[in-house]
Amino acid sequence: MQEAADLEAAKQGDAEPLLRVRDLRTWFLTDAGPVRAVDGVSFDLAAGETLGIVGESGSGKSVCAKTIMRLLDPPAKIVGGSIEFRGRDLAKLDEEEVRAVRGREIAMVFQDPMTSLNPVLRIAKQLVEAMTAHGRFTAAAARTRAIDLLRRMGVASAQAAVDRYPHQFSGGMRQRVMLAMGVSNEPALLIADEPTTALDVTIQAQILELLRGLNADLGTAVILISHDLGVIANVCARILVMYAGEVVEEGAPEDLLTDPRHPYTWALLHAAPRIDAEAEDRRLVTIEGQPPDPRAWPEGCRFRARCPFAIDKCAEHPDLLPIDATRASRCWVTQAGGALHEPVRPQPQARDAATAVAPQPLLEVRGLSKHFPLPRETLFAEQRVLRAVDGVDLDVMAGETVGLVGESGCGKSTLARLVTRLHEPTGGSIRFAGSDITHATQAEIRPLRRRMQMIFQDPYASLNPRMTVGEILTGPLLLHRIVDGQAAARTRVEELLGLVGLPRQSMQRFPHEFSGGQRQRISIARALALGPDFVVADEPISALDVNIQAQIINLMVDLQERLGLTYLFIAHDLAVVRHVCDRIVVLYLGKVMEIGRAADLFARPLHPYTRTLISAAPVPDPRVERTRRHVPLKGEPPSAMNPPSGCRFRTRCPVAEERCAVEMPPLLPAADGQLVACHFPGRI
Amino acid sequence: MSDVVILPAMASPRARRVRRYGLPILGAGIILAWALAATFAPWICPYDPNFVDVAQRLRPPSAANWLGTDALGRDVLTRVIYGARTSLSVGLIVVLLGGAFGTLLGAAAAYVRGWAEEALMRATDLVFCFPPIILAMAIAAALGIGAVNTAIAMLVVWWPKFARLARSLVITQRSMEYVEAAQSIGFGPGHILVRQIIPNAVGPLVVLVTLDLGNAILVFAGLSFLGLGVVPPTPEWGAMVAEGRELVQQWWVATFPGLAILTVVMGFNFMGDGFRDWLDPHARSR
Repeated sequence: MQEAADLEAAKQGDAEPLLRVRDLRTWFLTDAGPVRAVDGVSFDLAAGETLGIVGESGSGKSVCAKTIMRLLDPPAKIVGGSIEFRGRDLAKLDEEEVRAVRGREIAMVFQDPMTSLNPVLRIAKQLVEAMTAHGRFTAAAARTRAIDLLRRMGVASAQAAVDRYPHQFSGGMRQRVMLAMGVSNEPALLIADEPTTALDVTIQAQILELLRGLNADLGTAVILISHDLGVIANVCARILVMYAGEVVEEGAPEDLLTDPRHPYTWALLHAAPRIDAEAEDRRLVTIEGQPPDPRAWPEGCRFRARCPFAIDKCAEHPDLLPIDATRASRCWVTQAGGALHEPVRPQPQARDAATAVAPQPLLEVRGLSKHFPLPRETLFAEQRVLRAVDGVDLDVMAGETVGLVGESGCGKSTLARLVTRLHEPTGGSIRFAGSDITHATQAEIRPLRRRMQMIFQDPYASLNPRMTVGEILTGPLLLHRIVDGQAAARTRVEELLGLVGLPRQSMQRFPHEFSGGQRQRISIARALALGPDFVVADEPISALDVNIQAQIINLMVDLQERLGLTYLFIAHDLAVVRHVCDRIVVLYLGKVMEIGRAADLFARPLHPYTRTLISAAPVPDPRVERTRRHVPLKGEPPSAMNPPSGCRFRTRCPVAEERCAVEMPPLLPAADGQLVACHFPGRI
Repeated sequence: MSDVVILPAMASPRARRVRRYGLPILGAGIILAWALAATFAPWICPYDPNFVDVAQRLRPPSAANWLGTDALGRDVLTRVIYGARTSLSVGLIVVLLGGAFGTLLGAAAAYVRGWAEEALMRATDLVFCFPPIILAMAIAAALGIGAVNTAIAMLVVWWPKFARLARSLVITQRSMEYVEAAQSIGFGPGHILVRQIIPNAVGPLVVLVTLDLGNAILVFAGLSFLGLGVVPPTPEWGAMVAEGRELVQQWWVATFPGLAILTVVMGFNFMGDGFRDWLDPHARSR
C-alpha cells in the first residue's frame, strides 16, 4: 500500500476523485493455475477527466476495464483490492447492486460494434430499453431522447434510422449507436475499450472527435483503452501504460510521449512508425522477446528480460513512484535519475544505387476490373454487380515496394487477389514478368507461382491448423520440385526457418503452438519457400501488436535487401505504408485516386482524399497534433454497388463542384512522378 | 501489496481427469465388450441361437439359462450375443458407407459451388422431406424383408445428413486464408480439398459418425421391431423385443435385448462426446 499512499501524496489538492482504484487484482483461476491478468493496479480518475490506458494484448488493460464494470465471468475473479466509485466499493457490491450502477452510472463501449448490438432488435428498442431499465425515463420520453442522441452522435436522418436493425448500419454507425446507448443515462463515467480498432482511420477520427465532444459537453469522465498511442494522445489528458498486469508509467501525454520514463513506454513509442516523421531507415526500433507468462510473472521488474536499459537492481521489483506532481513510473533506472536515450537507428543505406539501374516493370496492370455479381433480390430484379476493382492501372518496378492504401471496401484485397490470379479478372490486363496472365488457367500460371507469392493478413487463418510447420513449408518445395526428396526438403526448410528467425525445432510443431508474430513469420517463410521475386503482402501486420509489427516490418525489409524482393504492400495504416514503401497508390471505391513517391505524397498530397486520409491518422504527440492541419472527412464511403457518378469521391469531397458529378477525372500526371485523378488537384 | 490472496479450492487433477475422460472410456469399454462378444459368439455362447426346445419355453433366468428362454425355448443370452453381430455390422455398414458417400458428395459440391451444389442440396431436401424412419420403412417394404435390403433402405435415408454437414464444413474452411495460400502456391483443387480442407473438417464428421452409429442401430432395431428387418429366425434385438412385447409376465424376453440396445447406443454416445473433445485442435493443447 506504500506506493498508493505515495501517489496520494503526489496528488494533493485534488478533490475527491470519481473513481479510486487501489491495488486491484483480477486473476483467472484456471485449471493450470491462476493467470494474474490484473495484478496490483492503482489509479484515480477525477470527475470529467479523460484517462487513457495503453498496452499490448495480454497487458491486462481490457480485464481492468471489465473489472470496473464487474463484467467478469468465471474463472475470472477479483482476488484483491478495491474500486471506490462515489463512496461505494464496486468490488464488493452484489450482483443486484452492480446492475444499478452498470449502464446507469458507468457505461461501456466495446471494440466490436458488430457483436455488441443485438441483431434481432431494432435500434430504438435497444436504446429505449437501456434508458427505461433504470426507471429514469418513460418509454415515450426515451424514444424522443434516443432520436436526439443519435442525431448528436452524427447518425444521418436519425428519425428513420432509429427504427432500423443493427445489420443495416456500417461498423462506424453502430459504434455511434453504442456511444448513444452509453451516454443515454448520463453516466458519470464512460469506458471505451478499443472503440475504434475495428474501424477505418477516417471513421476513427470521427468517433474520437465524438468522444472528445461528449467529454467536453456532458462532462462525462472517459476511460479510453487502446493499443494505439496516437489514439490515446488525441483524446486523453492522462495516460496509464500497462505491462504484465501492472501500471508501469503514468502521466500527461505531453510529458509521457515526449520524454518517456519507463523503457516499455519508450519501446512502444519508438516501435510504431509515425506519419509525421521522415523515414531515415526502414528498420524500426524493437524490443526482443515476448511478454512474460501471466501464470508466473518474473521476479523483479517484469520488463527486465526485454529491457535494453536493465541494471542489476532490476532483479528487485520496482514500485510505481512519483517523478513529479503529475507523473509516476515503475523503473529503477529512471528513478535513480537515469535517462532513456534516443534509440540508435541504423544509418540509411544508399538505396538509390539499386534503383538507379533502369527499372524494369515486373508487374503491369492496365484497366483492370473485377465485378462480383450479387444474388438477385427478387426473381425478376435486375442483376446487381459489385464493382470491387474498376479500371486500375498500376506498374510495379523490380526491386521497389509499392503501397496500396484506402478504406475497407476500396478494393485493395481484391486487387491483390487479381494480380496473384486467385480471382479471375472481369476486364483489363495483367502482365507479370513479360507474360500475359490475365486469363491464364491455373495450370498455365503454376510455373509463374514460383516467382509470385503472397503473405496474408490473419496469421491465425492463413496456416492450416492440421499441418505441422514442416509440412506447411515442404509442400510448396515438393510441388514445384525445387528440391529432390525429403532430406533435401528438410535442409531447405531449416534454412527458411533460420531466414525468418525461428528455431529449427519449429518444424515438428503445429501453428497453434505459436504466437501471432511467430505465425506471421511462418507465413513469410512459406511465401519465400519458392524463392519468389515478387511478394504481395495483404495487411501483413494489421493483426499484430505494435512491437511485433515493428519486428515483422524489420524482417520484411531485411529480406528485401538480402533477396532483392519486390513488394506490393497493402495496408490501411498510413504511417506504416509511408515507412516501408517507395511509391504509394491510393484507392477509393475500386479506382486509383493518386499515385506518387511516398515522400512526395505525404509532403504534398494533391488529391483531397489523400489529404483527408493523412490528416485522419493520429500522431502520438499532442504538440504536433495541435499544429497539424485537420481536414475532417465527412460520412462514410458509398456502396461500391452503386458508386456516385463522375468522380467517386465527390460525395465526401470538401472541394467538389458541379463538374465533379458529371465528369470522371482521368488519372493524369500532375507533378514529377505523381499522378492524380482530380479536377482540382492540390486545391485543399 | 500486503493483501493476502485467498484462492478458492480447485478440483484435484485426478478428479478432473475422471470427469474429462471417464465417460468416453466407459463408452469405449462398452462398445469393445460388445464387439468382442459379437466376434467370438460361437465360442462363448452356451447354446445354438436357433435351437428350439419347446419344453424349455419361457423359463425365467436361471443357472442354465442366465437370461431365461423365449417363447420357443431359445436361450435369450445366446440370442442377445448373436444379435450384436447383426446390429453392429448393419450399423457400421450404414454409417460408414452412407457417411463416406455423403461426405465426398457434400465436400465436392461445396468446393466447386454452382449448379452441382444446388442439385445436391435439392436432392438432400427431397430426402429430408420425409420422416426418416417412415421413408426407410417404405423403401425396405418395397425391397422386401432381409438385413441387406433394410441396410440399403437405411443408406438412402442416411447419406444426406453427412452431405449437409460436409458441405457446411467445407464452406467454412474454404473461405479461410490457408486455402488461398495453397492456391497461390499452385496446389490443384483435388489436393486442396482432400489434403488441406477435409482434414480440418473431419473432426465434426467423426463425431457425427460415432454418435450416429447408436442412432443407426436404434433405427435398424426399430425396423426389425416392425417386422421389416431380418428374416426370422435370425437373432436381432429389435425383433426379439417385438417377440417379447406381449409377454408381460415373462419380462426377460423383451427386457434384455432392450437393455442391449440401450447400452450400445449409450456407449456410442459417450464415445462420440469424447471424440468431440479430443479432436478439437484447440482443446488438445490445453
